[in-house]
Amino acid sequence: MISLENISASIHQLLSANLSQTAVILIEMSIIALLAITLFALLGLILVFMERKVSAWIQIRLGPNRVGPKGIFQTTADTIKLALKEGFVPDGADKFLYKLAPFVVMIIAMMLLAPIAFAKNFAMWDLNIGVFFITAISSVSVIGILMAGWASNNQYSLLGAMRSGAQIISYEISAGMAILTIIVLTGSLQISEIVNSQSNGWWLFKGHIPAVIAFVIYIIAVTAETNRAPFDMAEAESELTGGFHTEYSGMRFALFFLAEYINIFIVCAVGATLFLGGWMPFHIGAWEGFNHIMDFIPSSVWFLGKTFFLIFVIMWFRWTFPRLRIDQLLNLEWKYLLPISLFNLLFMTLIAIKGWHF
Amino acid sequence: MGSGTLITLMLAAIVFSAGGIAVSKILTKGSTNLQKGQAYECGVPTAGSAWKQFNVGYYLFALIFLIFEVEMVFMFPWAVVAKKVGMLALVEILVFVFILFMGFLYAHKKGALKWM
Repeated sequence: MISLENISASIHQLLSANLSQTAVILIEMSIIALLAITLFALLGLILVFMERKVSAWIQIRLGPNRVGPKGIFQTTADTIKLALKEGFVPDGADKFLYKLAPFVVMIIAMMLLAPIAFAKNFAMWDLNIGVFFITAISSVSVIGILMAGWASNNQYSLLGAMRSGAQIISYEISAGMAILTIIVLTGSLQISEIVNSQSNGWWLFKGHIPAVIAFVIYIIAVTAETNRAPFDMAEAESELTGGFHTEYSGMRFALFFLAEYINIFIVCAVGATLFLGGWMPFHIGAWEGFNHIMDFIPSSVWFLGKTFFLIFVIMWFRWTFPRLRIDQLLNLEWKYLLPISLFNLLFMTLIAIKGWHF
Repeated sequence: MGSGTLITLMLAAIVFSAGGIAVSKILTKGSTNLQKGQAYECGVPTAGSAWKQFNVGYYLFALIFLIFEVEMVFMFPWAVVAKKVGMLALVEILVFVFILFMGFLYAHKKGALKWM
């Protein structure tokens, strides 16, 4: 049976049979780099297109439909357009930091891809502190945003970056608590072990009500963390024009845009891994036939299906809820989500220790 | 694969971003003039630099965030072993969270979470 796991294993065997140790590592690393870059570009194109089509679908209009069949080449055309635009640096800007900021954001987004399990036994680096790594690295991206906002020397950019920073650091706590709620159950931070612990049911179903609460909190928190509507205070068009990337144009703007969408993918992938079982197929108790059919669907399809479902939910939010004001946003986090998630975590600990979960 | 993956991914990100910027630099030609170089403020003349003192309403949130973030760092190792240690882990974290939460309530009472 052809699976991503077998393909990567056979490539490794083929290489190590013919070449020396160093050459194998070098070739494998370059394959990883190429795959990561391809994944990046593809995800960017797909997610932007999906965003526009979902928006169109929700607002009962057609969306992009001119470039290519059903408009599927619209984002490619947009990318070419952005590449042809002048990459401009304002006179007053701090030139070095202004140019460095997109790189910081991109490097963070790329490094976050490392521990994610895309299919059965198929991750770039299944490190034993996977989830902790993601929480830790993703909080560095706020530095890139603050850097961009400050270096632009534009008042809109600075205010947007400050808001963005306040929002990201606030909601990071609830997101972390929601992640911890599942870690208490699994007893491991390694992504593969978290997925394996869900082979007899997803944590969303096995963990009673605290898991559901944690899931809801996680989705709210990551929506805020990725600066998406209804929490898009950072780039509220009507008041701050473009937020921290007001002054960015051309390819540098495209990089920010891309990193933003990759971050959405990553947080949804983590959510799918923790709560919806990652690449584990959907099983129902004792229905042997049904479970057997579900096993035939490749694990990568399951993983991408769950992830894109969560992405769809986040895009759906955008057209359902009105934008919050900054003080309402901070109130929601500090006065509601934080205490709820803290007590939810303690409650879940009690359940895990007593063994009340399934 | 090991930590080499991270270095590879970092290099990949740098190559990808730098390549994109370089390609767009080759394809485009730029011009500069006085108005173009100014910071964008919706078409009106730019009113001074952004690098000045102003009241950041979020700094108290940032301070409280710091406390809770450190708490999270403590809680990750705790969460991994909580199930193995059993009731003792729950009691210890209850004491820890109680002290922390009292501090949080104190900050709330003092008006640190109120919007200025």
